[in-house]
Amino acid sequence: MASIPKPAVSPSVDGLGGKILGWVDDRFPLSALYKEHLSEYYAPKNFNLWYYFGSLALLILVMQIVTGIFLTMNYKPDAKFAFASVEYIMRDVSWGWLIRYMHSTGASMFFLVVYLHMMRGLMYGSYRKPRELLWIFGCMIYLALMAEAFFGYLLPWGQMSYWGAQVIINLFGAIPFIGEDLAVWIRGDYNIGDATLNRFFAFHVIAIPMVLLGLVAAHLVALHEVGSNNPDGIEIKKNIDPVDGKPVDGIPFHPYYTVKDLVGLVVFLAVFTAIIFFAPEMGGYFLEGPNFVPADPLVTPAHIAPVWYFTPFYAMLRAVPSMFGSQFPGVAVMGGATLILFTLPWLDRGKVRSVRYRGPIYKGFLTAFIVSFLVLGYLGVVPTTVWGQLPKNVPLLGGVDTATLVSRVLTVVYFSFFILMPWYTKIDKEKPEPTRVTY
Amino acid sequence: MKTPIKKLLATTLLALVFLGANAGPAFANTEEVRLDTAPINLRDQASLQRGAKIFINNCLNCHNAQFMRYSHLTQIGLTEDQIKQNLMFTTDKIADSLVTALDPQDAKDWFGKVPPDLTLVARVRGSDWLYTYLRSYYRDDTSSTGWNNEVFKNVGMPHVLHDLQGTQVLSKVGEKTVHGHTEPVMKLTLDKPGTMTPLAYDAYVADLVNYLTYMGEPARPQRTQLGVIVLFFLVLAFFATLWLKNEYWKDVK
Repeated sequence: MASIPKPAVSPSVDGLGGKILGWVDDRFPLSALYKEHLSEYYAPKNFNLWYYFGSLALLILVMQIVTGIFLTMNYKPDAKFAFASVEYIMRDVSWGWLIRYMHSTGASMFFLVVYLHMMRGLMYGSYRKPRELLWIFGCMIYLALMAEAFFGYLLPWGQMSYWGAQVIINLFGAIPFIGEDLAVWIRGDYNIGDATLNRFFAFHVIAIPMVLLGLVAAHLVALHEVGSNNPDGIEIKKNIDPVDGKPVDGIPFHPYYTVKDLVGLVVFLAVFTAIIFFAPEMGGYFLEGPNFVPADPLVTPAHIAPVWYFTPFYAMLRAVPSMFGSQFPGVAVMGGATLILFTLPWLDRGKVRSVRYRGPIYKGFLTAFIVSFLVLGYLGVVPTTVWGQLPKNVPLLGGVDTATLVSRVLTVVYFSFFILMPWYTKIDKEKPEPTRVTY
Repeated sequence: MKTPIKKLLATTLLALVFLGANAGPAFANTEEVRLDTAPINLRDQASLQRGAKIFINNCLNCHNAQFMRYSHLTQIGLTEDQIKQNLMFTTDKIADSLVTALDPQDAKDWFGKVPPDLTLVARVRGSDWLYTYLRSYYRDDTSSTGWNNEVFKNVGMPHVLHDLQGTQVLSKVGEKTVHGHTEPVMKLTLDKPGTMTPLAYDAYVADLVNYLTYMGEPARPQRTQLGVIVLFFLVLAFFATLWLKNEYWKDVK
């Protein structure tokens, strides 16, 4: 049998430190919280590479808040001065360029890390009972993050800021009956203007961050209530050491995972700083070229593409044909693609959680889902004409943009992963789960 | 069972890298003009100083660089006195920004639009585009200025530097077959030489584009220099944290 390592730190401290700690503990559960969430929070010992992204997301959240605070010290949310104030930060504020690049790169890295984090949950069945609420809080964080990114992208007041916001707000305008009024209500004006910039600033720096922090707290509380899942998808709580009452396959989060996450943090920072210092525009993906031109309502850029993290959904929007002269079906599909994530815990009928013990049908659907998401992401960046048109002599589809057709097929693939899940997870030939974690 | 997961991760990351590397050209000009590579060297202060002089003597007559201050030019090795004596014509305050003496209303009347601000032009267009653009003007009697440009069709700006470069013409040098029909192959040729040789003019434009690239992001030389130090530190930190992790994890069986 494996031996369970003893918690390395116990809060029985001698001397003056101990007296102060005792004084605090009588008034606030400091030691109890420390034990519950760090030194005696037992996490499975078989975490792999995929388990770094949760703590990394938390790191980026903190970094975005801190750099954001410093940016607001010099940024001016005013249509006349916003663009110039960003350039002022880049040129005249001490280390302003570094703070700004940390914030702009951080936004993209936040999505990258969150996508990988969600991918992990998907693969290892981390959304399954009893972690349904944990998953739902996560989905809400993702939605809040998208709102945060959308509001923030208007603030530099460049051409892409302006026209990107124009495109997204017009989506709300496509909602039947109330659409037009709703769009005016969001903009605070008939066009995107100073009023829009001011309210987006308010949402970006205070409203959404507060929501995000609350949701992240709820996400962590829920996690520590049910305990972490692991790559094998089995419960470590089912295997308790009869002597000390701790999970046999669990190890205290601190120090084991704090020191392990530290390694992941350094690797992440290496990637992060390499982008900041050597490619802050990331070839036009993290900072788009046209956004270095001040917003001009009279000049539409040749090609409007949202930032990369929205493009899978943007590709779906473009793929859905308008019906009865309304764009609404596309908007509904786009919204549905994010909201359908919430239903995942109740769609999965598999007996095992982890992809390691799933059958070939599930693996096929998961692979198709990942491929569709990535290719849709690519197609959302490029013009619909990128792959040319189908030959005229093809029945029914002749002359259609190939990329649009592929987007349509992939949108169906994306949704089938969810909609067909109750069926294919039930009939799939799964392998037996082990009784102990693979380490 | 570990391999498929690792493979999946590797594929995902690869796919992301692939997307990043391949989608880039989507942003490039749809007009298929091959851009020449600009010989950018932001460490070459002599070139940056020559470029600054070219910019102020020529471009600043009509264009602004309103986010750039004269005092910033100390970053490319000039002293405040040198800047004041040689480069400041429209102001006597060194902290002022590079603003043209041309009245915007006059500009509108004369050129049809106010010439765009050039502070960030290198970040919008890219250095290669600028380098090719400034060398691709040709005589076109059908346009209102008498000039046209291969990279920027029907450009509003006349060829300001034509006395240096001379006059180019776009002439047919052959034919090629595209999708079953023939298209003429056009090429720029020097019709009337200017005061500079083609090589000297290329070097002149290179200095200007080097300066424009610097002006688009003055922090760039500093950030790449700092990046090397930061990454070096992180490599050390990686080995230190890895050692720490392994020490702790020795007793996890």
